[in-house]
Amino acid sequence: MKRRIFTSMVAGMSLAAGLMGTSAMAQDNMRIALVVKALGIGFFEAAAEGAEEAAAELGNVEVIYTGPTDTTAEGQIEVINSLIAQGVDAIAISANDPDAVAPALKRAMQRGITVISWDSGVNEEGRMMHLNPSSTALIGNTILKLAADHMPDGGQVAILSASATATNQNAWIAAAEEVLPNYPGIDLVATVYGDDLSDKSYREAQGLMASYPDLKAIIAPTTVGILASCQAVSDAGKIGEINVTGLGLPSEMAGCVASGATESFAIWNPIDLGYSATMIAHALASGAVAEPGAEISTGRMGSVTLDDTNSAAMSDPFTYDASNIDQFKDIF
Amino acid sequence: MTDTIRAIPDRLQSPLERRLKSWETLLFAVAVSIFIVNSFTSPYFLNAWNLSDMTFNFTEKAMIAFAMALLIIAGEIDLSVASIIALASTAMGAAVQVGIGTPGLVAIGLGVGLLCGAFNGVLVTRMGLPSIVVTIGTMSLFRGISYIVLGDQAYRGYPSDFAFFGQGYVFWVISFELVLFALIAVIYFVILHKTNFGRAVYAIGNNPVGAEFSGIRVARVKFILFLLTGLMSGVAAICLTSRLASTRPSIAFGWELEIVTMVVLGGVSILGGSGLIPGVVIAAFVMGLVTFGLGLLNVPGIVMSIVIGALLIGVIALPRLWDKWRS
Repeated sequence: MKRRIFTSMVAGMSLAAGLMGTSAMAQDNMRIALVVKALGIGFFEAAAEGAEEAAAELGNVEVIYTGPTDTTAEGQIEVINSLIAQGVDAIAISANDPDAVAPALKRAMQRGITVISWDSGVNEEGRMMHLNPSSTALIGNTILKLAADHMPDGGQVAILSASATATNQNAWIAAAEEVLPNYPGIDLVATVYGDDLSDKSYREAQGLMASYPDLKAIIAPTTVGILASCQAVSDAGKIGEINVTGLGLPSEMAGCVASGATESFAIWNPIDLGYSATMIAHALASGAVAEPGAEISTGRMGSVTLDDTNSAAMSDPFTYDASNIDQFKDIF
Repeated sequence: MTDTIRAIPDRLQSPLERRLKSWETLLFAVAVSIFIVNSFTSPYFLNAWNLSDMTFNFTEKAMIAFAMALLIIAGEIDLSVASIIALASTAMGAAVQVGIGTPGLVAIGLGVGLLCGAFNGVLVTRMGLPSIVVTIGTMSLFRGISYIVLGDQAYRGYPSDFAFFGQGYVFWVISFELVLFALIAVIYFVILHKTNFGRAVYAIGNNPVGAEFSGIRVARVKFILFLLTGLMSGVAAICLTSRLASTRPSIAFGWELEIVTMVVLGGVSILGGSGLIPGVVIAAFVMGLVTFGLGLLNVPGIVMSIVIGALLIGVIALPRLWDKWRS
């Protein structure tokens, strides 16, 4: 009895093995896995949309959009293991933990899989290259340009930042100050700190309006600060006089754009990010080499150049205004 | 009432019949059918390396599940196991920063596990507190300490020979973790099914007062069981930390429920008093096969959780329904 079960089991398995051979051979598309921090997050759903766009453009590319249920490294490792098992051609990952997923990704590379990270990076040993959404210099320039675009006659601008010790914001502001001479007529009068607290940012914005009656724009390179400044400007009845701009989330900023307090603002575009990551993964899996100084084409986004750590910046932050805010406000 | 009737049947089943109708046989059939279904649905399933990778989905959890099975059979539970992993891993990470080598790290991992187990054990056996309450408390406490120590930081820089525990292979595709898993399974099989201690565990689970009056030192046995659970959490912490090559306070988050699921799926009564180690071994494979098989089809994780939940309810409910329908 037992033996018969065993025999039929073996028969079943060998039959399965036979079937597998055929279905595996039908597979000649390049398969690129887009691994995200967790499924069900608007930002990543949008990135997947961009990946599909890239796949359609490239042809013969199948995108596997996957990730764990919650944002854990262990969950991502299980996903990576199953992708290694499927023998995908490339993995493009936004990591939950730069260290913990590295051993699993190293194993993927040993089995000949192209591995890149995007958005949230992996340690150098665990990936071939990393795609940053933008760079310090590009962000610094963009936030200043957004203000200058709506000030044809020049005038005073002020910066409302997060805390005085915030590394990111300080770097962006320094980069903006560096390119200030490129924008003649723009006068940066003050930099204040709202500590990424809504009420403190609101009061700092009020203070700016009181101290500088001729102020034309407030630049807030923080999602909390930009929203609080927009509120302060609206409450003071200065919509149209003072333009609030900087870095914000479309879902939070839709109201400000509708009221006119904000002409435009910027943040990375997840669709472009997913698109570029897929383009790069495809290029590397097709033979391009990731090494410092290498230039890799990213389709409609142009190209990226790798730095000493094999990292690259995608582009200027994407600008959102009345024309496209409705499309993005539901995404992230 | 029905239980007492079933306990004294008018005709004893033959050993073969009993074995065929056992929980373990049913579970084994489930495992085999999942294996066959997986082979048909994914062309990548039947591959030695892939099957080897699959075992990493459950080996660490299963190590703890064996100790947890004994604890649940004795009528207690430990929900702090995943947090013990976090604390043990944090302690090892801190030790790495001051330059302690692999043997020291292993000792620290096991030591912290034992200490946490002892802490739980003292609270339950000496203070007479319910284990579910105590371990829900220590679940927050142990992981809380890790969060205080690490915040949003990570410990890394583990020595390269430390990587063997979670990433090493003993022979071809047979990983060190799989060997350790098998070894621990055998040890727990012997403890539970071949020793007086194992008989005492069943006795306590069925009737703690009766066990006490029969001369079993109930508190001491329970204390040892908590120690064992802590120790196995330490072992799992070593393997997982080695596999991740880093420590963050969120390590092994939510594992306690997966481990309890594994134990219950393995046929251990959540009310205590019954269950077998082979059942837990098969349950570990069932869970590994299901998650890996669905992973190969790129099924989203949330659907996987639903399938595991349905499997648990299904496997437990079906035999009961079958019994009802026949009587």
